[in-house]
Amino acid sequence: MAKSPLKIDLRTSPYIRKAPSVPQIMRNVVYALLPLAAYAVYQFGLSALVLMSTTILACVGTEALFNKLSDKKSTVTDFSAIVTGLLLGMTLPAGFPLWMGAVAGFTAIAMGKTLFGGLGFNVFNPALVGRAFIQAAFPVSITTWTPALATDRFIEFIPSTLALPFMKPLPTAEWSTQVAIDGFTGATPLALMKFQGIFTDSYDLFLGTVAGSTGETSSLLILICGAYLAARKMLDWRIPAAVLFGAAVTSELFYFMDPSHYPSPSFMLFSGGLMFAAVFMASDMVASPVTPLGIFVFGCLVGFLTIIIRLFGGLTEAVMYAILFANAATPLIESYTQPRIYGERSKTEKKS
Amino acid sequence: MNLFRLFNKKTFPHGIHPEEYKAETNKKPTRRLPFAPEIIVLLAQNIGKPAKAIVFKGQKVTRGEIIAEADGFMSVPIHAPVTGTVKAIDIVNSARGGKENAIIISTSPSSGQVISDANSPQNYLKLPREELIQAVKNTGIVGLGGAAFPTHVKMSIPKDRKIHTILVNGCECEPFLTTDHRVMLEKVEQLMLGIRIAMKCVDAPKTIIGIENNKLDVLEAITPHLPKDGSITAVAIKTKYPQGAEKMLAYSLLGIEIPSGGLPSEAGLAIFNVATLAEIGALLPKGQGLIERIITITGDDLKKTGNYLAPLGTPIRAILDYAGITGDEVELILGGPMMGTPVRSLDVPITKGTGGLLVLDKRATKQADILPCIKCTQCLQACPIRLNPSELGQLAAKRRYDVMEEDYHLNDCFECGACSYVCPSNIPLVQYFRIAKTLNRERHLQDG
Repeated sequence: MAKSPLKIDLRTSPYIRKAPSVPQIMRNVVYALLPLAAYAVYQFGLSALVLMSTTILACVGTEALFNKLSDKKSTVTDFSAIVTGLLLGMTLPAGFPLWMGAVAGFTAIAMGKTLFGGLGFNVFNPALVGRAFIQAAFPVSITTWTPALATDRFIEFIPSTLALPFMKPLPTAEWSTQVAIDGFTGATPLALMKFQGIFTDSYDLFLGTVAGSTGETSSLLILICGAYLAARKMLDWRIPAAVLFGAAVTSELFYFMDPSHYPSPSFMLFSGGLMFAAVFMASDMVASPVTPLGIFVFGCLVGFLTIIIRLFGGLTEAVMYAILFANAATPLIESYTQPRIYGERSKTEKKS
Repeated sequence: MNLFRLFNKKTFPHGIHPEEYKAETNKKPTRRLPFAPEIIVLLAQNIGKPAKAIVFKGQKVTRGEIIAEADGFMSVPIHAPVTGTVKAIDIVNSARGGKENAIIISTSPSSGQVISDANSPQNYLKLPREELIQAVKNTGIVGLGGAAFPTHVKMSIPKDRKIHTILVNGCECEPFLTTDHRVMLEKVEQLMLGIRIAMKCVDAPKTIIGIENNKLDVLEAITPHLPKDGSITAVAIKTKYPQGAEKMLAYSLLGIEIPSGGLPSEAGLAIFNVATLAEIGALLPKGQGLIERIITITGDDLKKTGNYLAPLGTPIRAILDYAGITGDEVELILGGPMMGTPVRSLDVPITKGTGGLLVLDKRATKQADILPCIKCTQCLQACPIRLNPSELGQLAAKRRYDVMEEDYHLNDCFECGACSYVCPSNIPLVQYFRIAKTLNRERHLQDG
């Protein structure tokens, strides 16, 4: 026997575990978003960088504040607030006034997350709650897009960026025409489709050389970054797949009925925020179902609603509301899609 | 799930791939563990009723003679693991934490430890089915894979059920353990004999031996012994935890699901562990009883690791002394790291169901802070029964144990621990489920 008495730790099996921790998962989401953020800065310059930094700071600050107020252990270090801030920043137009971005960040964490009890309990995707709030509060600013690849984008801000709190931002229309490389209209492909009936080439959409929100222009880059996360099993590929499937089927249906009036599925898939939202927003683990069938239903619902709102709603961008709606439907979807377990007996068998 | 089977033959959906740690012991041939000076024979070594002691204090016993007899159908006799003197029949600590009756034998140091030849060899192949099953019972054999379910009960198939295939479980999917691996290499002939006896007992025309494909040397060793008529076959299946669970094995080998809450016989199957059948093949023809078993002694902080033939009733303390433990704070586990039982006292003995003694120190994962469930679905993708551990875990936190049982199939969980293994929020899911099941059982008892 050992010289000193042997101490035995008592606990029940399993004694070994192997799983990435929650902070590790969140950190990897940040890594996956970084290339997108870098591309956004390349496209939109200084303003995009400062905007994303502002939303992140606002989110992390709010999280820290509420941790302190509620006397809870600090959850700032789990990276989830950074993810929310980064996601939020990427869905905003590059010239979005910074103070409004800060409001969005505060709302995202305060109303989207802390109100429900923090990470793991949020019913909705926090970033989208923040964005929905400012969409209602500042409808003009959030639909004012500025041209990508403006000439002096790395040395000067977009004029609207530095608007003072509670002040109306400077109009950017005139500035936009000055700095744009070619004839810039300020309209996103979706707005062009909706209000002028012009369809942008899907190839341009795929590569991201179009107007749009900070992080959502290049479908190609989004898919690559998503694939990285999915390969590391930190993103459930089934959700984006189901969203895109739902959107493709729905838009194909309309395209089939009247190709001259409705846009093609490939336009729908690669335009606006759909790709970004499908890969990074709808796949928010906490607010989406866990059951295999539920995941499919959830994704299809998001895709379907997105197309319907785009075609028949008053807004140009729809995926945000589609996801929020599907988030709200998650408990319902789950309750109807519990998996069939191994060797489950049919109802009649159970009774006998 | 038929689509799954189309592309994934010889395995089951979900499950996990833990580090195996088997290389440390799987090449080491079985050696005999020295007899401990004192042997503690628990009377309850099997599922069902404990055996009844038929010896008295001070009585001299010979190795292999019956010292406790079966108490009814769900019980098996116990044979003396050593030659010696009964020191006491007393209450001792058991691995599960409570106290249990045991026969304590002082090993006789001068004895040659020759096995008693009181029982004569039997011409087992001439025996009718019922008597053959009785002969199986007389060997005191129970499921050696860990469950310790009396084998003769398993073999007594209800009249209205027909067994079409016997599945022999040679998966040994628990990390660290290598006893079944060694049995299959070292006792091939006994195993084949055991299989034939089992086929006669359950009246099955066919047997399939399922072996995880991390033990291909076993497959090579067994193949020459298989009969030409194809009634017994050996099949490699994917190495994945928990491949060795009865339900998973049935699905991997045949694509059959054992109905929820039912026995394998309901699906026309009888499933035995390789070590169980090998012991039957070794003991039954000689008319002997089960007095020792192979255990794997392995893990951290040990000077000697390997596979050892240990007399049943050898206390953990004696094994640790022999293996030379160097750590000062460890976790001691009977069985594997996924489903093993913690050892609460060093005086706990080896029983018929013990497959190994695992000492964990560095390689054990300490319980970290429990975070809220982020619904990442990893547990759903790990659960071999396709339960919803995420939802079950949240219900357990709210103590809604009744809902867990009624709506979320709690009782179908066989506690493999895959959900706890993969949880990024460190939620001890399977541990919660055990508590829930226990409390539900108590509640049902109170309700009558």
